[in-house]
Formats: sequence, structure tokens, C-alpha cells
Amino acid sequence: MKRQKRFEELEKRPVHEDGFVDEWPEEGFVAMDGPYDPKPSVKIENGEIVELDGKKKEDFDLIDVFIAKHAINLDTTEKVLAMDSQKIANMLCDPNVTRDKIIPITTGFTPAKAAEVISQLNFVEMMMATQKMRPRKTPATQGHVTNIRDNPVLIAADAADAALRGFPEQETTTAVARYAPMNAISIMVGAQTGRPGVLTQCSVEEAEELSLGMRGFTAYAETISVYGTEQVFTDGDDTPWSKGFLASCYASRGLKMRFTSGSGSEVMMGYAEKKSMLYLEARCIFITKGCGVQGLQNGAVSCIGIPGAVPSGIREVLGENLLCMAMDIECASGNDQAFSHSDIRRTERLLGQFLAGTDYISSGYSSVPNYDNTFAGSNMDATDYDDYYAMQRDLKVNGGLVPVKEADIIKARNKAAKALQAVFKSLDLPEITDEEVEAATYAFTSKDMPERNMVEDMKAAQDLMDRGVTGVDVIKGLYAGGFTDVAQAVLNLLQQRIAGDFLQTSAIFDKDWNVISAVNNTNDYNGPGTGYHIDDELWEKIKDVPMAINPADV
Amino acid sequence: MSEEINEKLLREIIRQVITETKATDKKVDFNGNQASSSAATATATKRAPGTDAPLQLDWFKHVGPAKKGTSTDEVVVAVLPGFAEHMTENLKGIKHKDILREVTAGIEEQGLKARVIKVYRTADVSFAGSEGDQYSGSGVSVAIQSKGTSIIHQKDLEPLSNLELFPQAPVIDLKTYRAIGANAARYAKGESPTPVPTVNDQMARVKYQAKSALMHIKETKYVVTGKGPDEIEVNFD
Repeated sequence: MKRQKRFEELEKRPVHEDGFVDEWPEEGFVAMDGPYDPKPSVKIENGEIVELDGKKKEDFDLIDVFIAKHAINLDTTEKVLAMDSQKIANMLCDPNVTRDKIIPITTGFTPAKAAEVISQLNFVEMMMATQKMRPRKTPATQGHVTNIRDNPVLIAADAADAALRGFPEQETTTAVARYAPMNAISIMVGAQTGRPGVLTQCSVEEAEELSLGMRGFTAYAETISVYGTEQVFTDGDDTPWSKGFLASCYASRGLKMRFTSGSGSEVMMGYAEKKSMLYLEARCIFITKGCGVQGLQNGAVSCIGIPGAVPSGIREVLGENLLCMAMDIECASGNDQAFSHSDIRRTERLLGQFLAGTDYISSGYSSVPNYDNTFAGSNMDATDYDDYYAMQRDLKVNGGLVPVKEADIIKARNKAAKALQAVFKSLDLPEITDEEVEAATYAFTSKDMPERNMVEDMKAAQDLMDRGVTGVDVIKGLYAGGFTDVAQAVLNLLQQRIAGDFLQTSAIFDKDWNVISAVNNTNDYNGPGTGYHIDDELWEKIKDVPMAINPADV
Repeated sequence: MSEEINEKLLREIIRQVITETKATDKKVDFNGNQASSSAATATATKRAPGTDAPLQLDWFKHVGPAKKGTSTDEVVVAVLPGFAEHMTENLKGIKHKDILREVTAGIEEQGLKARVIKVYRTADVSFAGSEGDQYSGSGVSVAIQSKGTSIIHQKDLEPLSNLELFPQAPVIDLKTYRAIGANAARYAKGESPTPVPTVNDQMARVKYQAKSALMHIKETKYVVTGKGPDEIEVNFD
């Protein structure tokens, strides 16, 4: 065929690099309203659920058993199931119906009912509902802080940088697993230098991650994964009960935690049992609820390429975020993985959560260039900051970040690198040189850093664990190095674990260690003029983008 | 005397706890065999196995069930159920034969022996690595999925932990596969090699995730629950 020139040009556009797949319900390649999804139903006998979504008790799998026993409000569920799903969907997006009127209904859902209600909503209605159902009134976002060389000095400087830009939660991970304790300490010291009160975590293997938390190297955890089919769950040597047990380990140590799920994971692992992504994700949200866990990271997360490849997939992703929040669970709403070659589609991916506002719009935003993102790249990265600021300013939206002055960033990065230098010295870890401090202060990526001896660093990281070093030793090192304010901040962070107030739903700290959560900052949206508003002080900051011309200067 | 009583009491408590735990274990049956054994559930969770016969290959031959190695100078290379016999190349189109040749060459260039096994009970790369290191005399294994994802595992690690993980199959080239083999051998010798440099392509996921899922779905079709690994004789000549 002779090619039509416009078609040839279109094929060169970045969107043609993306992966798109036709629906294939038999293997779970269907976003919502799957042809094999069960119809909602519930039956209670002698105070026990004996039928759930068309399945008799004797046919329950592991997940059904858990959900029936722990995740559904027995007092309301029969009444809720008798309600018209379209009517409930209408209440969800109606500004006149407040959040506290909805929660008693959603907590009586079964997974199939939940999926059916969410499927009634179009994208804009989902956004309307999200702005109301987000548990914490004030939206926020989370940042990734990583680099592909696991360079600790750069992690500390980048964490301070990210803290100044407004991330109240920061997440690191490793390129090489054995670096974990060193990365955890580096991000904690850097973040507390940038802004006291930032929560930090290090995403690694679950037992190791818990151990880091117990030692006081992290303040919260997020990557405790749950899945929507029994086979995927048990393939990971896990059950809903074992995840619940792990959750209680965190709670008993005063550590904040949330689960992670997300549509597409069951397809990725090959066991979707013919169900739609939304239905399987609904089961994950119910498992989270049943475990008594305050929060969930969902919205496809690292499997975004799967819902992103099928029709209505990005609508489904916002739908699963909404369901999480509607079930009264903190939501860290994805936007945390490279999603598209097309800048237009990247923005499309972000918009629902960004405009409506969630507890954490991204989980997280790559605060480093994607080159250094060891979560395999995020939807937005450090090179997108000025676009993001412009979007906040254009639309008067709080996307969780604030513009910063270059001089302030340089100062914070330098101080964080020096603080970590002092900690390494006091803990007898491989030296951080002045040359490294200088490089980290001004670096763009880890390419700008001098080589470190990775073998020595890894040995030292293992030795750190063997010696039983804890957060208290980090505080001592900071204090001995003259960083008394940072020492105080890390001490405060450890003290907060005794108080435990930040274990409440959707909790973050402000710079004075006040908890901001769904309990004291309840979302009370009830139409225009109510709910969250950007205050004057924050608006001045959002308006003040570096590229704006001051008319007085002309 | 009180000590004796305490010990008795303790034993009694332990006995009760064990009994209770056993009772609970019965309730939480992985096959959903709760109260009645339900065939419906079993068929719902167990997929129809892959029906295509494995390719008969000259270079990749089964020689019976794998044995646990005793010599400390070997590294086990554990390939997953679909590898070579149901799929022949990885996500990026690199031939499985070439991948295996490079990994084993990497091990041999360090003066160690490579022993190949095929794992059946899982399609997960971490769990395959964990099974592989149980069979490895040195306790070190490399596991490779059909789509190309690879891991270096050692037997004192948790299944989902690793010495080195190469999660992005599209960015692993043959040189990297060889380096993976070489590093695994160096761990087996008790050395602490510098990890194989991490390559990061944030667009790899965007481009390949859907295809990756399709290949993994195919891999899961050849999983045989409870089947131990087979010893594989490879011949690259």
C-alpha cells in the first residue's frame, strides 16, 4: 500500500512506543466490568457470612475466607447490598452528601459490590468523589530518593533537597540489596536536615525492611504487598493472615505502615483467574481493611503498564484509588512508575489524582532524575519540577510541592552531605571525603559523583547490622559532629514512635512535629467554599515560580 | 522445686500452643479445602496446563531428577519451566541457548563448574533462585526466567532477597549475562565482587510490560506443583 504521509508522521510520535494490548478477559486483561466478574451478593447465618459474591462458604478460597471474616461490616452489609449501585455512585460524587455519610455504606460493601459501584462513574465523577473521599483534608505527595550507584552522600543531599520542596514522605530503595541499612540512614539524615518531620522509608525484602524499622533507621514502611488471587499470594509464601501479622509487628514498634497492591499485578504474575483488574484490586483493598491497616499504596503502582495497555485502564486506576479512600483508608495513589513515552499521556496519567488531590498524589514522584531512579523510573522526575510548579500555579492546585530558591537548595544539600559525613565518621564507616560532599552539593545525577569503593561500603553495611547499630548511634554521631539540630530532629522522630500518634490514618508531620491526619484534619468537603483550600501563605509560595517576570523589573 | 514445676508448666503450655496452632493450620487450608474439599475451587485456581509438547533439543537434555551437589566448586544455573523447551528467546529476542552459554561461560571462566537444572514448582525468579541454591554445592545459584529476568541467590538468604537482581530483562545483553555468571562464581569462591553495573532504562517497562506479562503467563502454564527439578545436560558445541 502506498503510505499516506500523515500516517507515516503519526507513527513517529512517542505514543507509538507505548505498549497497547487488546482485551483478553480469560487472562485478566480487562480493566473493569469483566465478563467473568461475580455479581454482588451476601448471606449471613448465625452471625457469619455464608455466601459472598455468588460463592457459597464451602467454595470460599483463602481470600474470601479472610474478607468474609474480617473486612465486611455484618450489621450493614445486607442493607447496603440491597441498595441500587447507581444510587450509591451518585452519592459518592454528590457534593451535598458528606464523607461521613458515605463511610457507613462503603464499609458494608462486598468486593463485587464495590467494583460495581465504582464502574458506574465516569472519570470526572471519580475526581469529584476523590476530592471528597480523601481521608486527610490537606493533599500531599511522596518522593523517591535513589541513585543507581547507591551513593550514600548523594542520597543524603537529594533527601534534603526533596524535603525543602515539600515531600512529607520519602522513599528509597537499593540498586544492590546489601546496601539497605546505609541507604536508610542516608535518607533519614538528609531528610531531617532538609526539614524536620519528614518520614522516610527503605523499600527492601520484607524481613530486612522490618529489621531496619526496628533499629530506628526508618519511620514507616509501604511495600508490604497484598494480591487479589490466592495463587499469587501463596506463590509469595504468604497469606492475608501472615501480612496481618507483619502489619502488627510494625504497629507494635510504633512504626507507620501501609500495604501495597495495585491492578495488573495478578496479570503480571500469571494468575488473574479471569477477573477484571478492578474486582481483584477491590479484594486487595478489603484485605487491607481486614488487617486493620491504616493505608494502602495502589493505582497499579509498578504494574501500570498493564492497565495502561487496555481500554479504560487509566480510568480504572483512579477508580481503585477512589475505592481505597472511600473505604476510609489512606491512599498513596501511584503515579510512581514510568508510564509513557508521550508527555501528553504522562500528564493524563497524573491529572485525576493531581486535580482532585489524594493523601499522596504520587507514591512517589522521582525527586532525582529518572536516570538514577532505582524503582525503574517514575511518571514525573526532577527534570519536571518547573512544569509541575507551573501546573499548580495555573490551576491553583496544591500538588504537594513548592518552588525553591537555588541558594537554599545548595545550602541544604551541603549541610546534609556534611551531616552524613559526621555520622559515617562516628560509626566508623568508609570515609566520606570533602570532595564527595562538594560533588553531592552540586550534582545533577550520580554521574557527577566520585567513585566509591562499593565492596567496602557493602561490607560496612553488613557490619553495621552485625554490630547492632541503632538510630540512637546515628543521633550520637550527629551530635558529636556538631549537627545538634539534626540530632534533635532524628531524636524527635524516634520519640514519636513511643507516642504513636502518627499511626493514625493518613498521618504526616509538619516542621514542628504536629501530626496532620484524618483525625485532626478531616476532609469536610461539602461543595464550593468548603473542604480544602490553599491558604494565603502557601499560595504566595506557589505563585513565586523562578521563571516569572516581576513587572516592577521591566 | 519451683523450677521443676515451672518446667512442667512450660512444657504443658508449649504442648497446648502447638495443638492450637495445628488446629488453626487446618482451618487455613491453602487449597480452600475448608469444611469440605471443593473441586470447584481447585479448578478455579489451577489453570489448564500448557499442552504443547516440549521441544526436543540436542543441546538441552533431561538426565533425570536433579541431585543435591556436594562439591563446593559448582554454581547451579536454575532455568524456569518454559525455558528453551516452550519458549526459545527472551523478551528482547535473545536466544535462550546464547543466554545459557554466556552464563555458564562466565562461571567457567572463574574456574568453577556450572550445573544446569530446570525448576518446575514455580515461575517466580526469586523462588527458583532459592530452590537452585539448595541444590548447589557452593550454595550459590543463578536463576533465569524465559523472559530473561535473572537473579543471583545464596542459600542463607530469604527467598525474596538476593545477592544481585536483574529485574529489567530488556536491558540485559549477552555481556551482562556472562558477567552475572562470573559474579555468581566469585561469590561461590567466597569473594566479594563489585556488583554487575545496574543499567536503568525507565522506558523499558513502558514498552515491554504488557509483553512481559504475556510471556510470564505462558511460563506459569508449565509450572508443576510439587515436582522437583530435573538435571539438564547442556552442549553448546
